[in-house]
Amino acid sequence: MSMPTPMPQPERENYLNKEYGVWSWLLTTDHKRIALLYLLSITFFFFIGGFFALLIRLELLTPAGDLVQADTYNKLFTMHGMVMVFFFLIPSIPAVLGNFLVPMMIGAKDLAFPRVNLLSWYLYIIGGVMMLHCMLTGGVDTGWTFYAPFATNFTNTKIVEAGLAIFVAGFSSILTGLNFVVTIHRMRAPGMTWSRLPLFIWAHYATSIIQLLGTPVIAVTIVLVAAERALHLGIFDPKLGGDPLLFQHLFWFYSHPAVYIMILPAMGVVTEIIACFSRKRIFGYSFVAFSSIAIAVFGFLVWAHHMFVAGMSVYAALVFSLLSYAVAVPSAIKVFNWTATLYKGSIHYDAPMLYAFGFLGLFTIGGLTGLFLAALGIDVHVTDTYFVVAHFHYIMVGGAVMGYLGGMHFWWPKISGRLYPEGWARLAALIVFIGFNLTFFPQFILGYMGMPRRYYDYSHMPEFQVLNVLSTAGATVLGVGYLLPMIYFLWSMRYGKPASDNPWNAAGLEWKTASPPPTFNFDEEPVVTWEAYNYEELDAPHSEEVPVGR
Amino acid sequence: MSEHSKSSPLPTYFAVFFALLVGTALTVYAATLDLGKYNAAVALTIASVKATLVALFFMHVKGASEKLTKLVVIAALFFLLLLLGLTMTDYATRLWS
Ligand code: HEM
Ligand SMILES: [Cu+2]
Repeated sequence: MSMPTPMPQPERENYLNKEYGVWSWLLTTDHKRIALLYLLSITFFFFIGGFFALLIRLELLTPAGDLVQADTYNKLFTMHGMVMVFFFLIPSIPAVLGNFLVPMMIGAKDLAFPRVNLLSWYLYIIGGVMMLHCMLTGGVDTGWTFYAPFATNFTNTKIVEAGLAIFVAGFSSILTGLNFVVTIHRMRAPGMTWSRLPLFIWAHYATSIIQLLGTPVIAVTIVLVAAERALHLGIFDPKLGGDPLLFQHLFWFYSHPAVYIMILPAMGVVTEIIACFSRKRIFGYSFVAFSSIAIAVFGFLVWAHHMFVAGMSVYAALVFSLLSYAVAVPSAIKVFNWTATLYKGSIHYDAPMLYAFGFLGLFTIGGLTGLFLAALGIDVHVTDTYFVVAHFHYIMVGGAVMGYLGGMHFWWPKISGRLYPEGWARLAALIVFIGFNLTFFPQFILGYMGMPRRYYDYSHMPEFQVLNVLSTAGATVLGVGYLLPMIYFLWSMRYGKPASDNPWNAAGLEWKTASPPPTFNFDEEPVVTWEAYNYEELDAPHSEEVPVGR
Repeated sequence: MSEHSKSSPLPTYFAVFFALLVGTALTVYAATLDLGKYNAAVALTIASVKATLVALFFMHVKGASEKLTKLVVIAALFFLLLLLGLTMTDYATRLWS
């Protein structure tokens, strides 16, 4: 489908060409430029985390521990986890797409605290540099979970430095959340009522609440670990009157909700994409909105499902198992409502939608296997096996990263003012989907057969090799799938066709301004008189018709 | 915060600051006494009083007219309660040997 789209004035002033030079970026308070700073930085950390993943998969290609030794292997999976969780996935959608879009979607000029926004990026960078320094000078070997007493009493790797890096980066996350909450409460354009907000905003609102309430707990926990190591306070060490399980309680009180920091924004992205590419209002708008809030609240009630075999009381295990089932309800509400939105929609298979479909399937598999794990009887058998690894990668990579990529494609014309090559993008989406499943599906089977996680050598069980080879092969396919978008996005910045203001004919205020937008987003303050996702209206024959896709 | 948020007169701040110092001294003193199972209770009580003072005066929660501010405070307390309460489902029912 191609239609002559009106070319935007090439010389129009926008946030990209308004000023040039390093300082115009490093001292910017424009949320859109800060979003791009974040985009560059998290992409950098994605490569580092990916590099560790590659080495892990290479080691597991053969049963013997031949590529690296046990110590190195421990450091590899630890640093893979820490980098991917704290320096890529947690900031990914909120700090890049959220930063760029939250003000624009509600019709504001910027976030409520533009300088705090810049500060959050600097904190992230300081944390990131500390983490790099830590990794280059020896690294950490405890796993991203830092369990006591290994982390507090035994390991002599750089726990305190890594902890401080995460502590600092945590504050960047808190500040982003704070900024979003205040912005969403205070800066909505006239007529942009709560019930007219895009569901992307609701998802980010819920995410921000978790960031605000949860992150301080992990910060305090890290301080306690440092204090115990440095001052020998008896907090987690039983010899000194502490309790090692207390660490796990505190750690997971943040880190389970943190998994929702990673997935809720992706849910928001997918909601926008599904509405646009099935040309329908989201089915059950208010249910989808409130399920985000419900996930944020219930997410805080389930943390000890990570501790079923750690020695906590059986009664508590029962309570947390039950509560874990409760949190699946709002997630299921979302999946059902997305499906109902697709029903009788006029569906377009553009690249963002392919990612959204990938998300739907993979998140569902990840979520349902989460329920397996939340059942005490099953968890006892598969805890600490590759089954768990497969479970959370289906959600975090199959869900969150798919959502992130889908969102990057969907909003790329707005961000860069250029169109990406659609054919390549669809191909990349397909490669990502195939590579992902090839990498992680075998891990479900491996875990079910009993392969433990975090082992570098499985020579006593050579029959595990076939599935491990499949998984490593899949990882290389997945790697290609991730490199492609990076290449054609860069290519399109120079050679891509200029994008019109609204290339998808999408609803939402961000599409009512120029691509790329001017520094203060709108030439005049928008006034909202329509409901969210008014696709039926947009597509009605009397309105000017611009087909979706190219 | 802006001008119209209710701040207290300067002497109040000094009084609160002094009370916090007293609290700190009390905590240190209490740590030298062995009160058996009340050790933690006493320390936590002092700490809670101090935290309340900070929130009410230094963080201007006292006199805040905004519903939103109150909501934030209540939410924070609620989540603290969750952390403590649900953790206690473990500690209160664990088989200590
Ligand atoms: C929605 C996004 C979700 C994400 C991102 C996620 C992520 C994770 C992660 C990272 C772990 C491994 C932690 C570790 O041991 O290092 C994990 C384990 C677990 N997940 Fe999920 N999860 C999600 C949803 C769910 C759901 C909906 C449930 C159940 C209702 C669930 C239940 C579990 C359980 C029980 C474990 C512990 C397995 C074990 O170690 O024995 N998860 N999840
Ligand atoms: Cu969890």
